[in-house]
Amino acid sequence: MRAGDRIFQNLTTGSGIFVVALIGLIGIFLVIQAIPALRANHANFLFNHGWSTNDPTNMAFGIADLAEVTVATSVVALIIAMPISLGIALFLTQYAPSRLARPFAYVVDLLAAVPSIIFGLWGILVFAPAIEPFSQWINETFAWFPLLAPGNVEPNVRGTIFTAGIVLAVMILPIITSLSREVFQRTPTTHIEGALALGATRWEVIRTTVLPFGKAGYIGASMLGLGRALGETIALAVILLIPQGRNFDWSLFDGGATFASKIAQNYSEFNNPTSAGAYIAAGLVLFVLTFLVNFAARSIIAKKGD
Amino acid sequence: MSTTLERPAVTPAFQQVSTSRKLKNGFATVLVWLSFLIAVVPLVWVLYTVIANGIKRLPYTNWWSEDFGSVLPDEVGGGVLHAVIGTLLQGLVCAVIAVPIGMLVAIYLVEYGRGKLARLTTFMVDILSGVPSIVAALFIYALWITTLGLPRSGFAVSLALVLLMIPVVVRSAEEMLRIVPDDLREASYALGVPKWKTIMKIVLPTALSGIIGGIMMALARVMGETAPLLVLVGYSAYTNWNIFDGEQAALPLVMNNERATNSMDPGSVGFDRIWGAALTLVLIIALINLLATVFSRLVAPKKK
Repeated sequence: MRAGDRIFQNLTTGSGIFVVALIGLIGIFLVIQAIPALRANHANFLFNHGWSTNDPTNMAFGIADLAEVTVATSVVALIIAMPISLGIALFLTQYAPSRLARPFAYVVDLLAAVPSIIFGLWGILVFAPAIEPFSQWINETFAWFPLLAPGNVEPNVRGTIFTAGIVLAVMILPIITSLSREVFQRTPTTHIEGALALGATRWEVIRTTVLPFGKAGYIGASMLGLGRALGETIALAVILLIPQGRNFDWSLFDGGATFASKIAQNYSEFNNPTSAGAYIAAGLVLFVLTFLVNFAARSIIAKKGD
Repeated sequence: MSTTLERPAVTPAFQQVSTSRKLKNGFATVLVWLSFLIAVVPLVWVLYTVIANGIKRLPYTNWWSEDFGSVLPDEVGGGVLHAVIGTLLQGLVCAVIAVPIGMLVAIYLVEYGRGKLARLTTFMVDILSGVPSIVAALFIYALWITTLGLPRSGFAVSLALVLLMIPVVVRSAEEMLRIVPDDLREASYALGVPKWKTIMKIVLPTALSGIIGGIMMALARVMGETAPLLVLVGYSAYTNWNIFDGEQAALPLVMNNERATNSMDPGSVGFDRIWGAALTLVLIIALINLLATVFSRLVAPKKK
């Protein structure tokens, strides 16, 4: 092999190894920085609901509240976004005139290009006030139902998990849609033609060929959307109100903080290495969480690809 | 003869589709159309909000030529020059680091990568694209600020953005390199050109127009990130050209800072500044995408 070739090959392979090492480095550095803070922690890191890191010599912090709020907002977003994305993906592959399918897909992709701080500010300054009467009505009418009970930031119904979940749903729509669309597009033509030849209506074609073929891809895409929702930072930091007193109590009209929004809101505490370590520990949990979700999503999609 | 044609002897083989099946089909059609419309509503609404509220300050020249350093937080006036400079500088430095790495990884995956390492790399690029921006920021904080003891700066932000930009560059470049026909590579080898020269002189130029599009898209995306800015650099209302030292503004940081320090009533100074900065950011992103389109047209391989 010529010298130029060898150098070039080593350079490109080295870059590949660099990316692989990068993921490992992220994990290692976060662990190293988190350990001193975890050692100084007087509370159970996994199950404690409080977060007190102001005094570095007497810290008591746990991620229970953060984990619950993170899961609640992401699940609300997923429940809203999954059926709509499925609809859009079917619309783009099966219903939209082929001449318009590409521009339409581009329109949905545009949602992904909007910076998330703009979504956050729109969510709290424009969207939340606009739907306030509706939120208020749901909150009052269904107050007997625990999930919709008056929250810990009442009477405010703007900066709640309810609002945050809807905005988050809009933000993860494009990722779920674009991947599902790709999978649905690959439905074998022979299957579709077979169904048509048997006299199936358009909906029956979708139900009997497109959906069974694309199911795994759609689930994988939704999990990627979940991964995105779990890690969304600034939009949630802007929208979610911080409750005074009562902790998160599984109402959609609660306020609170997710892993990511908690870190973003408290960057001023980063001047003290021990306090910063507490947030890095929370970030480590978020990293592991998104890693697992993305891992599962990619495995599902890859299995289908073979 | 014509009478037999008008009245077929046998009943048609195809029966009418039953009403319930028709209804279900119609119902599904309505739902599918509806879901698309539902997705368009927030997009139009967000864009309308940004443009309608943001347009107020933009026509004034001082919006583009001054910073907020000399005006009070609740005073009308000043501009976002400091933030535009910060956003562009941090984005540019990020691109200078992320693009070569991303390109090399893509070349490795398409031209050299076989076996376990290639599969692992592909997988890790996927995982990297799922890493939340706040985690990337914390990693750089742990590496750059705590471990190496360097100051918070615009450069630290660029480093965090590199992590977010690499996977996007790799994905798009890989896709473009894969559609370069093998005939071109084989023709080049047949003429005795070494592999690395074939890649640099034949494969890359062929795929370049598509790759540039992907790079610009990735750049636009990281320019809108806020989380790394919060953790890795302080906000300054004054213009700072030094990316390696001191506080430095960027457009998302201006928005966040105005939200935190000013009244958010519609029509107030803070409200106008937020949406002014948002529209400026959207315009910069749109401009970058436009440049990408024009540029990739220029370098696209000539079709006869």
